Amino acid sequence: MRIAFRALFFALAAASLAAGPAVAQQKLKIGFITTLSGPQGVIGEHMKNSVELALDHLNRKVGGLETEVIYGDDQFKPDVGKQVADEMLKRHQVDFVAGIIWSNVMMAVSPTVTGAGKIMVGTNAGPSPLAGAQCNPLHINVSWQNDQTPEAMGKYMQDSGVNDVYIMAPNYQAGKDMLTGFKRYYKGRIVDEVYTKLGQADYQAEISQLRARNPKAVFVFYPGGMGIQFLRQYDQAGLRGQIPLYSVYTVDEITLPAVKAAAAGQWETRYWSPDLNTPANHRYVADYRRKYDKWPVFYGAQSYDGIMLIDSAVRATKGNLKDTKALVLAMRKADFQSLRGKFAFNTNNHPIQNFYLLRAVEDKASGEVVMKIQKTVFEAHKDAYYSECKMPW
Amino acid sequence: MTALVLEQALNGLQFGVMLFLLAAGLTLVFGIMNLVNLAHGSLYMVGAYLWVAGMQWTGSYLLGVLIALAGTLVVGMVVEVVALRTLYERDHLDQVLATFGLILFFNELIAILWGRSALYAALPGWLRGHIDLFGGAVYPVYRAAVIAVGLAVAGALWYVVARTRLGMLIRAGASNRTMVAALGVNIRLLYTIVFGFGAALAGLAGLMAGPIYAVQPGMGELILIQVFVVIVIGGIGSIRGAFLGALIVGMVDTMGRAFLKPMLGTVVSPTVADAAGPAIASMLIYLLMAVVLAVRPEGLLPARGS
Amino acid sequence: MRLPPRTIALCAALACLAAVPPLAALLDQPFYLDLFRRIMIFAIAAISLNLILGYGGMVSFGHAAYLGIGGYAVGILAFHGVHSGWLQWGLAIGGSALVAAAIGAVSIRTSGIYFIMITLAFTQMLYYLGISLEAYGGDDGMRLAARSDFSGLIDLADPWSFYYFVLAIMTAFIYITHRIVNSRFGMVIRAARSNEPRTRAIGFSPYPYRLAAFTIAGAMCGVAGALLVNHTVYLTPEFMHWTRSGEILFMVILGGMATSAGPVLGAVALLILEDLLTGWTQHWQLYLGLLLVLSVVFFRRGLAGLLPGSRDDG
Repeated sequence: MRIAFRALFFALAAASLAAGPAVAQQKLKIGFITTLSGPQGVIGEHMKNSVELALDHLNRKVGGLETEVIYGDDQFKPDVGKQVADEMLKRHQVDFVAGIIWSNVMMAVSPTVTGAGKIMVGTNAGPSPLAGAQCNPLHINVSWQNDQTPEAMGKYMQDSGVNDVYIMAPNYQAGKDMLTGFKRYYKGRIVDEVYTKLGQADYQAEISQLRARNPKAVFVFYPGGMGIQFLRQYDQAGLRGQIPLYSVYTVDEITLPAVKAAAAGQWETRYWSPDLNTPANHRYVADYRRKYDKWPVFYGAQSYDGIMLIDSAVRATKGNLKDTKALVLAMRKADFQSLRGKFAFNTNNHPIQNFYLLRAVEDKASGEVVMKIQKTVFEAHKDAYYSECKMPW
Repeated sequence: MTALVLEQALNGLQFGVMLFLLAAGLTLVFGIMNLVNLAHGSLYMVGAYLWVAGMQWTGSYLLGVLIALAGTLVVGMVVEVVALRTLYERDHLDQVLATFGLILFFNELIAILWGRSALYAALPGWLRGHIDLFGGAVYPVYRAAVIAVGLAVAGALWYVVARTRLGMLIRAGASNRTMVAALGVNIRLLYTIVFGFGAALAGLAGLMAGPIYAVQPGMGELILIQVFVVIVIGGIGSIRGAFLGALIVGMVDTMGRAFLKPMLGTVVSPTVADAAGPAIASMLIYLLMAVVLAVRPEGLLPARGS
Repeated sequence: MRLPPRTIALCAALACLAAVPPLAALLDQPFYLDLFRRIMIFAIAAISLNLILGYGGMVSFGHAAYLGIGGYAVGILAFHGVHSGWLQWGLAIGGSALVAAAIGAVSIRTSGIYFIMITLAFTQMLYYLGISLEAYGGDDGMRLAARSDFSGLIDLADPWSFYYFVLAIMTAFIYITHRIVNSRFGMVIRAARSNEPRTRAIGFSPYPYRLAAFTIAGAMCGVAGALLVNHTVYLTPEFMHWTRSGEILFMVILGGMATSAGPVLGAVALLILEDLLTGWTQHWQLYLGLLLVLSVVFFRRGLAGLLPGSRDDG
């Protein structure tokens, strides 16, 4: 029995060793790393769906080459992400690595990829060091730099004359970055700056404090489940009609189905929305809804753009995957149809794009609560860190 | 200011009551069956999901509640019979490992059945809105209802444990399991009933949490540690201890989050208070537990005879 | 002299691990070198936990704290430009030992579930402390500026050297643990686990022995932390989260407590299983959960218990 067990065990290990890479052909391999398990897996699901849709739109040929996308699950852990990246680079020998939701995972994975001489296409996380002092020619971010979105909200609230605001975020790096970005453009009075515990479920205590201070407006950053909880409790406390609520990354197409009316009237800023008026976007949204029966979310839109960007670069080099320099140069031109319309790269390989004010409103036709663009806050906005990036452009 | 303190006190009470519902089931199971059940949070999750499903199916809030309670009771008893019976004689560690495996299993099962996104859960009209308390404080109706239900359940539990035959068996089992079996009581049935009972309590906590917290896979783990802290502070196997522990933890945590930073701000500079306040507030219940364990290692109100 | 089957099995396992780099090079799969290196680093953490858990009966849910302390010692020094491996690792070991002694001094007064909870509480506090250290990246964590420099003795940037370095440390720790548990000191600890009143009756107070073992285990895990941060070239407070402690705990339990081979087997089994399953399906947690439950129910003494030789002699 025991011998059989040990034999089985090592056989399993050997089998996985032997299941090596396919014989090298002129095939394009893209490694896509995201979070597919656990509660955050819903985000990864959207990103994967969008990548698949992009492949469908390209007839499964990115840049004219037969393409294989290998998906990896980082489990929201930097060291697992790094291991997955290692596996993709060394075992599957991918030509590009793309994806990554979380800043801390990106900080671990990007150097691994760029260190191996491959291009990292970030389709979500945009930590400031990689936009500034630690920028790298092989690291290209097609989504945004973390601070840009709250900067847009700060500017909007400043310009629209909101005198004082109560700001809240979870007590971790992203939370602090969001509030820092907000304060970079908002110069009014900050009634209070409150950090809550990461993953906290019950905000009643904070809401009571907030009500006692009676600010003119509230600005929060509560991604994922935290946002759902905060919104519901804010609504139940009766504050929805009394104190206007502004946020970033709190209300989106993933959390809306869980809160519905509790989010009505909420203001957000973003660089993309399902109703953004570009032909590529209309096609993307319509096809996504048809194929997956739900509204796409910005994580997905960015991943779609990431694949299209790779497509444009490979096309430009006529399928020469070995010439990394040429690929990077081609990517910098951003010569692809972004879902966001006007799109360009800055000298730090991060996007220059528009930011819009969105509002959660009830759609008359379907009765659903959806995000709709109200106005443009920033045109061709650059991030705050590009001057710290010393790489040659 | 008094209105704020009153509101926060109510918040602390409400959080404590929720913790109590979870802690009661867990401490009963630990005290009587000597079983460390990490999957207790999964039963809480099952309760929330069954409530949402029940409400969508029948269209009624109360029917949804009944379905959730009955459903969690059944699921609890099935899990006990199928998976947990073999673990009673085993080491606590083996129980920890096995019930952790159950957590992974349930989380993924729920994700397969309902997807990973959080579910939408609406309150019926008669539970929305808020009530005005004296001093200008305003409190959500739903939370007041949660407090009321929680206290009622606590009272009912006390009655069952102290005044009924079943309660007597439970107390006897917590004190001396072997003797109870020797006296001819069907111990296996008793265990299954107790476990189901504990599961139903967890399910109740889950369905009450549904409208205010996010109903998503993994929602149990977020609250699990706090529940363990409660039963350690209160004393393992003791329902009175769970009640006291839950109230203390609920109050300390809520008050800490609300008032620690302003209070710190009076003694140190605002920037230090800004950084230290939230950090200390999140560590507060752990510090509390360490203090209690140092002073009274068996908990505040330990079960007698254990 | 006939060696017991367990020792043979352990030596066979170590030989297999030693064969991985040349095999990987032969099959042109350098990834497996990284995978097994990571597995061995966690095996070292599991070995250190086994000392206090398997032999000492102290269920510490906070062992991952020392991974973090070891890692941060190396990371913080590297951040400030100190790259000497001697200094970094010295701080990692010393720091972990110190913190372990402090935490142990308080926790070892309790036992059972209370000990579990209090060790968990301490590790959570360290985790929240790590998150609030903004200078060192907070919860985003930070990159390791450069790998530890051992003044030319070992080049950690070379995959093979690093791999064999980890293997050597792991083998050394297995041996050290074996010697500790079979020494007089170890006997007191094991006696105290098996029957505490009787141990006291013969005149040994378990507390100082347990505290010493706890400190040693913490220091060993600090080494694992220093290795881990050199391996991932990145560290985050998440290394100290209680779920990580849980993972190490499971490796020890799954592998078989109070055995020399157990922690290694557990680490290999759990991490390879995870790697295989995640490659298969996104619902891998379903299968892992089921496997864990089944393995507890059927493999009563862990994987090492499948080997003949029922005495827990290591």
